[in-house]
Amino acid sequence: MPTSTETVLDKFEKPPFYKSLGAYDWVWAVLIFLAGGQLFMRYAAQMETFDQGVLLGSLITLLIAGWAWKPIRTLSLIVSALSICAITLYKGDISNAEQVFALQYLISSQSAVMWMSALYVMATLAYLFALIASSQFTNRVASFMTWSATAMGLVGFMVRWYESYLLGADIGHIPVSNLYEVFILFAVIMGLLYLYYEDRFRTYTMGVFALAMISASVGFILWYTFGRGGTEIQPLVPALQSYWMKIHVPANFVGYGSFSLAAMLGAAYLLRASIARRNPHSVWLARLPELELLDDVMHKAIALGFAFFTVATVLGAFWAAEAWGNYWSWDPKETWALIVWLNYAAWMHMRLSKGWRGAPLAWWALIGLLVTLFAFLGVNMFLSGLHSYGEL
Amino acid sequence: MSQNQNTNIDEGDAPSVKKPLKNRSRSGLLEFFGSMNLAITLLVAVAIAAVIGTVLQQGLPYKDYIVKFGPFWFDVFKELGLYNIYGSAWFLTIVAFLLTSTAVCIYRNAPIIYRDMTHFRVNVQEKSLRAFHLKAQWVANHSSEDTLKIALAYLKSRGYRIHQKAHEKHTVVAAMKGEANRLGYLFTHAAIVVICIGALIDSNIPLKIAEFRGEVQPETRNIDARQVPEVSRLSAAENSAFRGNISLPEKTYTDFVNLYVGEGYLIQELPFTIKLQDFRIEHYASGQPKSFESDLIISAPNRPPLMQTIAVNHPLSYDGYTIYQSGFGDGGSLLHLNVWPLDRSATSAPETVKVAVYDSEPLQLESVTLSLELGDFRRNNIQPVTAAQEDGDGPKFQDIGPSFTFKLRRPDGRAREFLNYMAPVLRNGRYYFLSGVRDSVAEEFHYLAVPVDEQGGMTRFMHLLELLHNPRQVSEAALRAANHFLHETQIDGELLPNSVARSIERLVTLFATGGFGAVTDHVLSTVPEPRQEEVGSAYVRLLRSALKNLYIDVLVREGLAPEVGLSNAEKQFFDDAVNAIDGISPFGAPAFLQLARYEEIQASNLQVTVAPGRDTVYVGCVLLVVGIFMLFYLSHRRLWVMVTQGESGQTRVVFAGSGNRNTADFEQEFEAMRADLKKHSSTQDGA
Repeated sequence: MPTSTETVLDKFEKPPFYKSLGAYDWVWAVLIFLAGGQLFMRYAAQMETFDQGVLLGSLITLLIAGWAWKPIRTLSLIVSALSICAITLYKGDISNAEQVFALQYLISSQSAVMWMSALYVMATLAYLFALIASSQFTNRVASFMTWSATAMGLVGFMVRWYESYLLGADIGHIPVSNLYEVFILFAVIMGLLYLYYEDRFRTYTMGVFALAMISASVGFILWYTFGRGGTEIQPLVPALQSYWMKIHVPANFVGYGSFSLAAMLGAAYLLRASIARRNPHSVWLARLPELELLDDVMHKAIALGFAFFTVATVLGAFWAAEAWGNYWSWDPKETWALIVWLNYAAWMHMRLSKGWRGAPLAWWALIGLLVTLFAFLGVNMFLSGLHSYGEL
Repeated sequence: MSQNQNTNIDEGDAPSVKKPLKNRSRSGLLEFFGSMNLAITLLVAVAIAAVIGTVLQQGLPYKDYIVKFGPFWFDVFKELGLYNIYGSAWFLTIVAFLLTSTAVCIYRNAPIIYRDMTHFRVNVQEKSLRAFHLKAQWVANHSSEDTLKIALAYLKSRGYRIHQKAHEKHTVVAAMKGEANRLGYLFTHAAIVVICIGALIDSNIPLKIAEFRGEVQPETRNIDARQVPEVSRLSAAENSAFRGNISLPEKTYTDFVNLYVGEGYLIQELPFTIKLQDFRIEHYASGQPKSFESDLIISAPNRPPLMQTIAVNHPLSYDGYTIYQSGFGDGGSLLHLNVWPLDRSATSAPETVKVAVYDSEPLQLESVTLSLELGDFRRNNIQPVTAAQEDGDGPKFQDIGPSFTFKLRRPDGRAREFLNYMAPVLRNGRYYFLSGVRDSVAEEFHYLAVPVDEQGGMTRFMHLLELLHNPRQVSEAALRAANHFLHETQIDGELLPNSVARSIERLVTLFATGGFGAVTDHVLSTVPEPRQEEVGSAYVRLLRSALKNLYIDVLVREGLAPEVGLSNAEKQFFDDAVNAIDGISPFGAPAFLQLARYEEIQASNLQVTVAPGRDTVYVGCVLLVVGIFMLFYLSHRRLWVMVTQGESGQTRVVFAGSGNRNTADFEQEFEAMRADLKKHSSTQDGA
């Protein structure tokens, strides 16, 4: 018996991490290594040390993200391929956007964003149809469309970044500097967050709720494009010319995206709870997501959003200290960021310490969306201050 | 802000946050400060105060608030500190309460958390394990020793730390993982305290107290820094944290900055001097500033001077002081202005005055002496090219040249504001010298547009104006116009040329002082109504004819030959000139100030800060971020394996677990572990 115990014990040795990686994971790592090497060889001379740091950090993040959540690998490869395709077709001349067929109708940044918009809206309708018809096939189609929309959004983002350099070497910058650009970022980030939870919990039932919000932001993008003609790439004011922008803004939008997702799931929770109250045998209950699932994902989204929002605000403070001479100036945007932060801090306390669950937190997440929306848009519309970059 | 309700462990072992401390009276106070309700109330209070601070614009001059709210509410809001909320006593009190509340929470929870992280709870009862949500039991085929060995090895291989204790009849293996989750609680809450302390250091309470006690008084007059009295000055040693501003013209230096407090400012002395050697600004094609930077020389006694260039996002640190590029402006550019009188003293040879930007200078004119107060000067005015001018691939923007603003203040204190462009500006296809005027900031500028002559200047127009105010010239021109009129209308005899000429003369004088408006008024008051229109148009014809005669005199004096007929350009000029003269009366200024040349002096706006609390705040920030990730993404997981040697010889295993985060994941992990453990402890290989 003792010998057999030893053999049993040997089996318990936890396999080292690298053994859990498959062939695709290794290909992924090699590709990232090669791409990173290429980038550094070609462009290191033009980049400041901090920019190089940001690039290195992005490469490592991408590597780990791809290992941790496998679909990232394929998504990244498709986005890279299409972006490189667009860059090649441009041949360094911005006017090709209206002359080369593939650019004009497919992968110039504006066309890609239009594809993204169309696909997100179609995905929303598909999820809705799938919910009504209880069709698993339609769900898969909707999910595929959401993936495609996200890929097109990312292509639009990448190509716009490149296009900005075609307008002038001194104009080029990451496209997160005005409302049109950050709404694209918002849609894509929220899309990715939703897809992550969809994949993780193996359920399509939350789709229509998350996508409804993304469609709303697509509505804004379309209005901004056609109603306001606000798609032009503008040069950066001196205060924005900083490597911090590449981290601060996206981190903020992970926060905004998560809070919005949480609010939509809160709405779903309240909807389901109200249907169940009126008719416990309603056929809809089988189609809508489970209350426990909604409660759990809502919590996860707010935790993620809160963590990223904290990072973004802290980075914002570091940046402000460099650009405006003070880490905190009570600028309206800063102040509203603090209000959003306090709001979700209170939310987390209620859940973790007071043990609140369910409907009150769902209501709170919904109201939190109003606070978040005001911090995101209202401040730009109604208040002035140092953050006056995207005016409505 | 008590720590979460966590694990529902057996009563005997689990520490409860709500449990009262031994000392009742002290615990009452602690209970109050540490209560979650107080914490949430304070969070909400801070949030509401913050909202007010964004809705009511902070730190404006008091007079703006008086205009907005009226004197009564102005006083009420002032007493409430609403104009500087984030520095008001009540806001700081709320923050202090929040700080105390958080500190109390840490104080009360730290021992509990420490116990929670270090105690493995090996004395757990079987009854309580059975009450767990995650639990399982089975009978193992091994001896209890072997089963324990397997359990130990298995849990270790899954990254758990382990304690084991043999009781009378059973043995407990207690395991846990992710205790740092509990540290996350401490980190986040300590971070809030640390950040607030750092911010408090930087908010410079001693200065606020000195101000409150009247030891320091802000200066409100706009006077030379050297004349600011001692009570409004702070020496370098006196002040440990501040944020001051200075606008430094090129080639000048400063050894102080201004601190803006309430309605006034304080002079903050620096232990070094900052000299602005050079200032550079670059623009995008659209005229937006692309970058601006200053070459500074910092000199301190007994140290070699330091030369450094600063720009936005690239400040300079020097001895705990940080110097920022915060903006730019005019540093007192010298403007040479041609003063063209528009009244009776009109002349074609203007006087020149030299004024510095932001300075004022008396302006002596025949009718009145005005105070000329120079406002801003802009070297470039970049505008989008209008659709009419656009020619496909040409540039989208153009620079229409320098402009400056100024006020002309009358002796009674009333002033009008003007905006003049140096170069002629294109309007309706022709170029004009523009001078805009308005009575208040809320209005749009109304422009006086003086046509440009062939030499590209204003001389011809001013010459015409001069003749218009010269009685001899006017009567000559009027007589010529009268003769022409009588000859044309063939009404000789009825009217004498001289009396017609006198009437025309009168019209010209009216026009010269009040434009067409004065002529119309004259018609309305002297002519009976039925004939007003007829007479009015006749008058205008006569007037124009006399004006044209004056214009011809001007052209003749220029050496041209208008007798052969006016060119189209000359005709056009005449029409524009008449319109301009008509506009002089509403223009309301007795002179046109033309910018002849300028010597630009740029100023760099610098901000100098000392923030000794900044590093503390940063440490707090890092602590906060690390703490949040630990708190949310580590799960404090506990597992127990209780092995009992039954009376009949069989080995009974009870397996239970709890995790405080991400329970769904933990459930899965628990289920997998249960299956593994059960399989291995029940295997009978080799037997």
